[in-house]
Amino acid sequence: MTTAQHTTRTTTVDGRLRTVLSAGERPPRVTAVSATLTHLWRAMMAFKHFPVQLIDIVLMPLIFLLMFTYLFGGAFADSTEEYLQFYLPGVMVQAVVMMTVYTGTSLNTDIHKGVFDRFRTLPFWQPATLAGSLLGDVLRYVVALTTTVLLGLLLGFRPDGGALGVVLAMLVLIVFGFSVSWIFAALGVVASEPERVSGTSMIVLYPLLFMSNIFVMPETMPGWMQGVVDANPMSHAATASRALMHGSADFWDVGLVLCVCVGLVAVFGPLTMRLYRTKNAR
Amino acid sequence: MSAPRDHWGRSVSTQPTWAIETSGLVKVYGRTRAVDGLDLKVPAGLVYGILGPNGAGKSTTIRMLATLLRPDGGTARIFGHDVLGEPDSVRRRISVTGQYASVDEGLTGLENLVLMGRLQGYSWARARARATELIDGFGLGDARDRLLRTYSGGMRRRLDIAASIVVTPDLLFLDEPTTGLDPRSRTQVWDIVRALVEAGTTVLLTTQYLDEADQLADRIAVIDQGRVIAEGTTGELKSSLGSDVLRLRLQDARWRPEAERFLSAELGVTVHPGSDPTTLTARVTDTQAVMRALAGLSRTAVEVRDFSLGQSSLDEVFLALTGHKADDQHTGKTSEEEAA
Repeated sequence: MTTAQHTTRTTTVDGRLRTVLSAGERPPRVTAVSATLTHLWRAMMAFKHFPVQLIDIVLMPLIFLLMFTYLFGGAFADSTEEYLQFYLPGVMVQAVVMMTVYTGTSLNTDIHKGVFDRFRTLPFWQPATLAGSLLGDVLRYVVALTTTVLLGLLLGFRPDGGALGVVLAMLVLIVFGFSVSWIFAALGVVASEPERVSGTSMIVLYPLLFMSNIFVMPETMPGWMQGVVDANPMSHAATASRALMHGSADFWDVGLVLCVCVGLVAVFGPLTMRLYRTKNAR
Repeated sequence: MSAPRDHWGRSVSTQPTWAIETSGLVKVYGRTRAVDGLDLKVPAGLVYGILGPNGAGKSTTIRMLATLLRPDGGTARIFGHDVLGEPDSVRRRISVTGQYASVDEGLTGLENLVLMGRLQGYSWARARARATELIDGFGLGDARDRLLRTYSGGMRRRLDIAASIVVTPDLLFLDEPTTGLDPRSRTQVWDIVRALVEAGTTVLLTTQYLDEADQLADRIAVIDQGRVIAEGTTGELKSSLGSDVLRLRLQDARWRPEAERFLSAELGVTVHPGSDPTTLTARVTDTQAVMRALAGLSRTAVEVRDFSLGQSSLDEVFLALTGHKADDQHTGKTSEEEAA
């Protein structure tokens, strides 16, 4: 085989570009933490450039809060004021869980647009792509939870647990959201298109949200349904949120939710990473 | 100059000789052999063109070389590093563009470059400095803080290339770099590619435009149905047809039938009417006969405006090799038929 001759041609590229091209610098491999933080930064920048997302995130829980409190509140509880005390910690669970679907759709979009393919050809700790995205979503939970609590306070919600209780409840729900989002991350990696992620997710999520103690306590339900409600992790999250905000939390309330979180991450974390690594690789 | 091999035919040399070296590379989808025993040797330091119709296995091959796709058989080495065994060593030396890897539309041009710099080990300050340097060098300084989705096709293509060379790669996979670009942007991109090669980067170019391959590529591999069916410099490929092409342009279209009759009788070959009603082409081997035929033609009523005798165009080579044009929409159907 002959080796081809490379003839040097003159080009119109100016000297500045030539200098840029011949940099030849080789920085050391990025650490896993730096790579994750960089992906988190990417998520924050995307959020900054597209603040319309905020409206979605903030509006959904607010509409539910107003609708359920003033439409059904009087019928579910003795008064709308009383129902607000019950429902606000629950709507926070709902807000966070509904947002976890975005994790799946945005991952799916990134994969389909080929953005992740570029990441996959770079020499860094690959799970950072997913970890960074999911941490970015945590910021959205903070925004949604804060606005929901503020509206609640405005409408007359009074947490017996005080500011500390509210902050602790928010922390638990953020951890809960982060854990649940791994389910949708897995779905986001395997789904053929973003619309399918949101479609499938809603079919699963709505029954789970309604068959919980977020809206009403299960006392009036048939026995089998009470069993479903009691086993539903959404109920555990709502119970913990309620107990923390109203200052009646015991170790078990919070412990159970955190166990669910650990379980979800332990199962769906590695599964998602594996699906991601082998995505399109076969 | 081939590297020593062990008894399985694998290169045992620790001194990497080739930028890309594949041997019997295979990728199977169901019953379709998308890549079917592909052997490729790309020397470092030049632009290497890969040509082939859609569905020929170009993308599949490049995705395997870029560690994005697992080969089902054979081996592929990038500068001596196995794509399966040492993906990180491969990733440290390559960069991908175009349909193989996208930039982030939700970020600004500058942010995209900072992101690439950070993920390849630059500090925030250094990544920002390098990003600014690149975006200015590529003439995108005015658009640095605009979101990528507002970029024009040419700007986006330049940013895509800039994002791929934040850390100068040893091997750049350049995918259809000028598809859909206006002539000025196209020239800019070509100049960037040439400057990159001068700076020491090897470029693997896939393109639909044969004149682009002709302009840029030092060597070309023609791929069809998952295999390399021809390989060489553009000159070698063009002369491989063993014949030259006579092109004739007449003063007026009305003389074409007469000229066609006259030349086919004189030359003893089929004369093809061109798409322009005043042109004719014929594949010829004997230059003396051509000269005699043209002299004869000048004594008839036919008025010739100009003529040329030269190598086949890459288009003609491609057509002769694959039996179809380079831009035909062959979506893997041929390979399916072959596998069946």
